[in-house]
Amino acid sequence: MIINDDFIPKRKTSSKLPPGQYEERGFPVLSLGPTPDIDINTWKLEVTGLVDNPISWTWQEFNKLSKELIIKDIHCVTKWSKFDSKWEGVPMQEIFNIVKVQPGPTHLIAHSYDGYTTNLPIEDISNGKAWVATAYDSDEIEAEHGGPARLLVPHLYFWKSAKWLNKLEFVDRDQPGFWETRGYHNYGDPWQEQRYWND
Amino acid sequence: MVADNVMSLTFSLPQWQSFKAGQHYDIRLTAPGGYMAERSYSIASSPEDKGIVEYGVQLLEDGEVSPYLWKLAEGKQVEMRGPIGGHFIWDVSVPGPLILIGGGSGMVPLMSMLRHHANHLDDPPSPEGFGEAKREIVFMISARTYEHILYRRELERIGSQDRNINVVATITDNAPESWSGYKRRIDKEMLEEILGKYKNTDAKTFICGPTPFVEAVAKHMKALGFKSSDIKTERFGG
Ligand SMILES: Cc1cc2nc3c(=O)[nH]c(=O)nc-3n(C[C@H](O)[C@H](O)[C@H](O)COP(=O)(O)OP(=O)(O)OC[C@H]3O[C@@H](n4cnc5c(N)ncnc54)[C@H](O)[C@@H]3O)c2cc1C
Repeated sequence: MIINDDFIPKRKTSSKLPPGQYEERGFPVLSLGPTPDIDINTWKLEVTGLVDNPISWTWQEFNKLSKELIIKDIHCVTKWSKFDSKWEGVPMQEIFNIVKVQPGPTHLIAHSYDGYTTNLPIEDISNGKAWVATAYDSDEIEAEHGGPARLLVPHLYFWKSAKWLNKLEFVDRDQPGFWETRGYHNYGDPWQEQRYWND
Repeated sequence: MVADNVMSLTFSLPQWQSFKAGQHYDIRLTAPGGYMAERSYSIASSPEDKGIVEYGVQLLEDGEVSPYLWKLAEGKQVEMRGPIGGHFIWDVSVPGPLILIGGGSGMVPLMSMLRHHANHLDDPPSPEGFGEAKREIVFMISARTYEHILYRRELERIGSQDRNINVVATITDNAPESWSGYKRRIDKEMLEEILGKYKNTDAKTFICGPTPFVEAVAKHMKALGFKSSDIKTERFGG
């Protein structure tokens, strides 16, 4: 480790900040390509794979499901963290109950409108740890931040919270997704600083 | 200095690793008390420049890491992790015209791509007839003032040596009297004029810079009919 003896910190530290992160008041954008245009009238969210009740919701149908207010810190692998971000969304548990997830699946693969995918262990999306968010800061989620609906898994680095969600697939083996096959950590725990493959 | 507000920094690495043009490193600073700050910086040098990594760091006056890097004395060390990134990358094996669009310090990773290309200009063409000597490249630059255009001299030199490269700059704030180029932000009309002929080709586009810049340019490119899957973006924040 190199100590930079003339380096003077400018930012406050906080017990809410995982290692290597800094607090950001704004809401930066990070995506791999252009922001897709998604029409709410043709939007759908499919749930497939190892479930008894595969389903495809329209925007109207999805918005009838019961939602929760979520206030959580979020941590992006590009180093910023945002405290107390305010979302509204359908708890994953609710989706589990509706589609009747079978006993077999080990992972959820989230698919997005732009072809993006990310993988999540089942344990990390059950027990109140994950939502499908439909509102941010009491308003619709802006397109550049993943609207109309994005996954929200705040305890992992934010690339796991797939933007522009359109499919949830329950599978019985791990399938590393877009960033996970391009040098980023397969799990992504900010508190362990699991940013890259060798972390 | 490679522009008014961007400084070029070159480090030699004890364990240099090969990388792809477009990738970045994380630079981590650790204060004596253990406090750490870490930021990403794109590689400006070409993968052929073995042993070293060059960056282009823009100064944010009240920033934490960039002012420190600006004041870094020669011979000082910093901790670096990388190379990182597997999406915003390009190398000479990728067929088709190359479109590079950079705003401010967003030119840094694009410069690595251009330098990589230039290093292969004299390679013999592949059996299919591909080769860098024939590669068409457009490098679009948006800068606040003439002095804010990064790597100006080098771009002029590369542009004059390689007839298939088209360097187009637009100056958004304070264009000199003598400036005959564009004097506005990159918009749809400008993109159409310069890039229109690459629609429906296998051209690959790389857009890099501050988030609002990338959002706007990528949106216009899509509206012009360029395929999302041929457009790669890197947002520096801000
Ligand atoms: C993939 C990637 C590649 C990048 N490549 C490059 C590159 O090649 N060149 C380059 O120059 N940059 C690059 N960046 C941006 C770079 O990582 C840093 O974000 C940038 O240098 C700013 O860091 P900083 O520590 O100087 O400023 P920070 O301390 O992070 O502050 C950023 C801005 O926010 C303001 N700010 C934030 N918090 C506070 C606070 N508490 N008080 C006061 N002001 C505050 C500061 O005034 C400043 O303007 C890249 C970013 C990414 C994600």
